[in-house]
Amino acid sequence: MLNSYRFRKFKDNAAYVFCLLCVVVAVIPLISIIFEVIARGVPQLSLHFLTANGLEGGIGPAIQGTLILIGLTSLLGIPVGIMSGFYLAEFGGNKYASAMRTINDILTEFPSIVVGITAFSIVVVGITGSFSPLAGAVALSFIMIPIIARTTEESLKLVPTSVREAALALGLHKWKTIFRIVLPTAGQGLVTGTLLAIARIAGETAPILLTIMGNTYFFQSFSQPMDALPLRVFLNSRQPSPEAQAQAWGAALVLILIVLALNICVRIASRSRLKK
Amino acid sequence: MNGGQKVRTEELSAWFRQKQALKNVNLSIKANAVTAIVGPSGCGKSTLIRTLNRMHELVPGAKVSGRVLLDGKDIYDDDVDPVQIRRRVGMVFQKPNPFPTMSIYDNVAAGLKLTGVKKGPVLDEIVKKSLQQASLWDEVKDDLKKSGTSLSGGQQQRLCIARALAVNPEVILMDEPCSALDPIATAKIEFLIRKLSEDYTVVVVTHNMQQAARVSDYTAFIYLGELIEYGSTKEIFEKPKHELTERYLTGEFG
Repeated sequence: MLNSYRFRKFKDNAAYVFCLLCVVVAVIPLISIIFEVIARGVPQLSLHFLTANGLEGGIGPAIQGTLILIGLTSLLGIPVGIMSGFYLAEFGGNKYASAMRTINDILTEFPSIVVGITAFSIVVVGITGSFSPLAGAVALSFIMIPIIARTTEESLKLVPTSVREAALALGLHKWKTIFRIVLPTAGQGLVTGTLLAIARIAGETAPILLTIMGNTYFFQSFSQPMDALPLRVFLNSRQPSPEAQAQAWGAALVLILIVLALNICVRIASRSRLKK
Repeated sequence: MNGGQKVRTEELSAWFRQKQALKNVNLSIKANAVTAIVGPSGCGKSTLIRTLNRMHELVPGAKVSGRVLLDGKDIYDDDVDPVQIRRRVGMVFQKPNPFPTMSIYDNVAAGLKLTGVKKGPVLDEIVKKSLQQASLWDEVKDDLKKSGTSLSGGQQQRLCIARALAVNPEVILMDEPCSALDPIATAKIEFLIRKLSEDYTVVVVTHNMQQAARVSDYTAFIYLGELIEYGSTKEIFEKPKHELTERYLTGEFG
């Protein structure tokens, strides 16, 4: 009796230690990446580095370009993504919707280089006639839309039926119920999905390599090549000069900081204002 | 005091896909009185009240036939907007369901604010009055900005009652409003139901016979989707005409 209890306790502890070890193994690469980026990136940081253009040894154009890309992509991707998620969650009981859902899931996992070459052939070759921020934003919104549509659908479905019924029983129209009751209730889920999508597109390299190409100068126009941080990291890290490689680390750090800052700002802005 | 008929159902049947939940129910509900609908679980009580404000049809595959007359007008006529019906016939649900992202104030104001009917000081007045009618005002008057979900279960249910009252309905449907509450909270709601019948027509679904006896003026007994017996609560409890009713009341099945 006692023995079997001891054995069970041993198994319990063993399982606990095993889980803990797995977590440690999983976290080691993450910590080493962050450590490496900070250790090599921080020495690069200076006002000159952040604001000067490429010829003067700065990454100003890349920071500006990444911010423009995030803004432009969000402008295209967030409305389309959220509205598609709405459709799938609220009217998605038909065959057309389940086909859309499957396609959407496939798109979420699509290789981003394929997305890039598609945007290249449509926008760069067909519309702007040049590498451009517009082409980059189109490519990145192809990546963003399915992620947001998926998370929007999931978070809308988590809103309990009882909350919808309460709204409908008050005599609210369906669209008011969705926009004023269901949407705010699903709010944090939507915010998380959007942030995930932004973090994902901010770091994508392959699609922008084929669409904005890179530039040593600041933004010129929506139909001219532009720079961006992941592109800077990629291009600089392949150059032989140690200065260029050091700049790549600096750019990597700035990219991480931008995503982090965006995350914190949106979280604070979307926090519930109600007292508990 | 008990006026005429407020709601009458004629040959009312309801289905969930193939399954018939209500069979030719003919029931007339008196104005300014409390009507209790009792019966064993799954007998169609909730379906019955959900047909009275057209909430039943929101379930996929749900279907209704027959007529429901509200002040003599069939609410299932083609020219009737279900949204308008739901404003006249309010509802309180089994589990308290305040809007989770809204403050106490906004929960009560939701119906009027979101339909754009009322604003500002008028709205403040209505929120206060509704909370008073729901016997909640004194407990929350200093915390109107707090989240509705921060209240206790019983308070949340009274908040939902206040929310339903704020749009000034004529009929209030309550679907087992006390089943998720403790005895003290239940007593408060029961008191409230009595009080509300002075101004509103109240229909309460309950599986608790004592509750029906305590709060209602009229009782309808439903069994397997059919209306078995209907009459004044006193009659039903003291000398039921139908054998099934008597057996249910004495606890032979349930």
